[in-house]
Amino acid sequence: MKKAVSYEPTVGLEVHVQLKTNTKIWCGCPNRYGISPNTDICPVCLGYPGALPVLNARAVELTVRAGLLLGCDINRYSKWDRKNYFYPDMPKNFQISQYDLPLCVGGGLDIEVEGERKRVNLTRIHLEEDVAKNTHYPGRSVIDFNRAGTPLMEIVTEPDLSTADEAMAFLSALKEMLSYGEISDCNLEEGNIRCDINCSVRSAGAEELGTKAEIKNMNTFKGVHRALSYEIKRQTTEVQRGGEIVQETRRWDDGGGVTQSMRTKEYAHDYRYFPEPDLVPVRLEEKAIERIRSELPEMPASRRLRFVESYGLPAYDAGVLVAEKEVADFFEAVAGICSSYKTISNWIMTELLRAISDSGRGLSDSSITPENLAGLIGLVDGKKVNMAGAKEVFQVLFEEGGDPAAIVETKGLSQVSDEGAIESFVDQAIQENEKSANDVREGNDKALQHLVGQVMRLSRGKANPQVVLLLLREKLKN
Amino acid sequence: MGDLQAKTIHELADLLASGNCGAAEITSDVLAAVDARNDGLNAYIALDAEQALADARSADDARAKGDTRPFLGIPIAVKDVLNIKGQTCTCASAILKGYRSPYDATCIANLRRAGFHFVGRLNMDEFAMGGSTENSIYGPARNPRNSEYVTGGSSGGSAAAVAGEIAVAAIGSDTGGSIRQPASFCGCVGLKPTYGRVSRYGLVAFASSLDQVGPLTRDVIDAAILLEHLSGHDPMDSTSIDQPVPEFGADASTSLKGMRLGMPKEYFVDGMDPDVAKAVRDAVDVCAYLGAEIVDVSLPHTEYAIAVYYIIATAEASSNLARFDGVRYGSRISGDDPIELYGKTRLAGFGNEVKRRIILGTYVLSSGYYDAYYLRAQKVRTLLRRDFEGAFGRCDAIVAPVAPSAAFKIGEKVNNPLQMYLGDLLTVPANLAGIPGISVPCGLTGEGLPIGLQILGPDFGEQAILKVAHAYEQTNG
Repeated sequence: MKKAVSYEPTVGLEVHVQLKTNTKIWCGCPNRYGISPNTDICPVCLGYPGALPVLNARAVELTVRAGLLLGCDINRYSKWDRKNYFYPDMPKNFQISQYDLPLCVGGGLDIEVEGERKRVNLTRIHLEEDVAKNTHYPGRSVIDFNRAGTPLMEIVTEPDLSTADEAMAFLSALKEMLSYGEISDCNLEEGNIRCDINCSVRSAGAEELGTKAEIKNMNTFKGVHRALSYEIKRQTTEVQRGGEIVQETRRWDDGGGVTQSMRTKEYAHDYRYFPEPDLVPVRLEEKAIERIRSELPEMPASRRLRFVESYGLPAYDAGVLVAEKEVADFFEAVAGICSSYKTISNWIMTELLRAISDSGRGLSDSSITPENLAGLIGLVDGKKVNMAGAKEVFQVLFEEGGDPAAIVETKGLSQVSDEGAIESFVDQAIQENEKSANDVREGNDKALQHLVGQVMRLSRGKANPQVVLLLLREKLKN
Repeated sequence: MGDLQAKTIHELADLLASGNCGAAEITSDVLAAVDARNDGLNAYIALDAEQALADARSADDARAKGDTRPFLGIPIAVKDVLNIKGQTCTCASAILKGYRSPYDATCIANLRRAGFHFVGRLNMDEFAMGGSTENSIYGPARNPRNSEYVTGGSSGGSAAAVAGEIAVAAIGSDTGGSIRQPASFCGCVGLKPTYGRVSRYGLVAFASSLDQVGPLTRDVIDAAILLEHLSGHDPMDSTSIDQPVPEFGADASTSLKGMRLGMPKEYFVDGMDPDVAKAVRDAVDVCAYLGAEIVDVSLPHTEYAIAVYYIIATAEASSNLARFDGVRYGSRISGDDPIELYGKTRLAGFGNEVKRRIILGTYVLSSGYYDAYYLRAQKVRTLLRRDFEGAFGRCDAIVAPVAPSAAFKIGEKVNNPLQMYLGDLLTVPANLAGIPGISVPCGLTGEGLPIGLQILGPDFGEQAILKVAHAYEQTNG
């Protein structure tokens, strides 16, 4: 019987990240998503005759920021190169990229999979321009150039990953870091992060890497996981039965759940890289790098720690709040106005996150402001509105915004704390619920809750439940 | 008047200032001259008569209302390689048929701001590739001295229009001699500024690291005037240099006392037309007579200049011209897929010389050849630059011929591209080094064809070469 040889996969990623700049990388067109096709265009990003690129300094700054966060060496001298190829998504039929002198080299990111920590080393980070978007219809193709010239950062890892889970963990950790660093919106639906996968297998313990296949243009993390799981299995099966892996570019067919060959090595492009003569090299002064370093935003791990220490929040709360930077920022903004930190946390973890997930919109698209939430908490504390009413007010604040006190007024949610007014509701409730009243007299607390509910119903929710409870106890004393 | 287009910019400025002529008259004279003589020269390939007259009339109105800009209302003709908003811009190529510029080149906007306006577009070698203006879909431009001869190129239409007095002045571009050589062949002044002096934004790129826009004029003062108004730092061109623009017109003295002029022995090559060599040596004697000290200098790497130039220029061109694919503008021939569309469009749209250079450039950048060609060429380019730095340690300006011969007959060299390339030997080094150069007429050959004296200066040394050119012109002209 043949001895079974075990194989281990080797995986590297090339992650393309669109940077969060106001304008495109070579021109002044807005860098935004969701505008009608071919709106944000000009002679430069359309590759018109005679148009020239001018570097957006902010794009370099954000790339250096990413490099510093990922522990890369920042090249003091880097340059631009043309990558030549013909394709209709490329207005100039060459892409301005960085070939041999990228902005950042080295660095790495720690990931954790099933309790095991692992360091994923980076080869480099370079900056380039995104291409236009082609859409193909039967017999017709259309091009939207809005995306052409969006600053695109490419993060290349060493072949340090071994499983689809590790790839997922790497991408998630990277996404958290980049969105926290305000380097990218990291919105996958909008194509902010796309990646290519390099995958090979070799017999366990072998020195040399196996022949790799590259899977191009993945745009969901789930897709990366599925494609990589499939590809590792495909290659392993192939070599186990004595076959050979062909060096090639493959595409992921999401519907079919398989990777398919696109082109083999002999059809590989010769990109004819050469230094971009229309741009000058980037020289980064020590001072500039230090300034970027001094402006590095706080990363999630230290922020979680600070939330526990400074606001006295449970670790669980800190974890939930910090998971999304936007949410954590919102918490801190409310905490700046209102010192009931745990109460703020409760509101955010329950009402706010629920409202976000129900509405399917982001926090920034909602109408609520930190001042609103602080005001609302103040109203509850001052017993101006009860919790039920406050939740109703919250929904209005989230949807439409406004002044919490005014909303309480217009919706008639003002809490009634006047004992005289409440007393009549209490008397009515006792009258209408004789059995419950008797049960309470015999010490049945469940019946007491029922009566509180009845009083609240009669007062249309406006009675202060604590006052109601007090009066009921008073009246039904033995 | 009737012949205002034959005057210089500074003469017209004087006439306009004194009220002795109007802008509309000047433009009318230009248009009439074009109408009468362009068929023989084939210099203009497009004319915007209505717009030019309208611009001239509004210039007259503005002047009547107190606008005192000296050049307000003076019409300029422009090589078909610069974008002027609303105008066609074909680069004499079929592939840009139908393209209309959506924007002004920066240097055009600069000229507009000074009050100049634009009458028409001038013939050229396709995408500025050539030295004879024979590589044009509009047919060859013809030398005003003798219509059987070429104008030189690639700014041949510009030189012919100025020397043939159907334009007051013209704008051209110089990648390897494309302003200086046609100026020399046709008998006018042509100036290539220092690389970075004039913005390239809006100039259709041939070879980005070599291209530079400059004027072709009937005298040196006009060249200085246009240079001043073309120049200036442009945030839209990353290679534009933030260097103050001196008023070149200021120094009118003809004495060259205290100036040292270098004569590079490598520029007086074997096989040079003896008439050319003699005319240039005579011109240098005139400079000596005007007080200049003549010194021998050496530019030892000159013999490699042609090879270096045709590697770097074609490499950049192969990439720069990739954008002409029929997708967004210009002519298109459809195909079953994008790649077929590109192939058919480019096959039909580009002429042979352009194709030859795209193929050459693609080859030198190809994997496995890059180091041997492109990288090595860049190294030699540095040596060529150092040659000049060394020479300018010994002199203030270099004097030399523009080309080894005067104009040749139309058709004479079309089947011998290599011979045509060799004709660029004395002009390409300035582009490779980035330094400024001017060609000023210095006599005629036995056949009556113009000869040019080339004066080269160090980086941003335009003032020095204009001074020498002006002094020589005043004495000899």
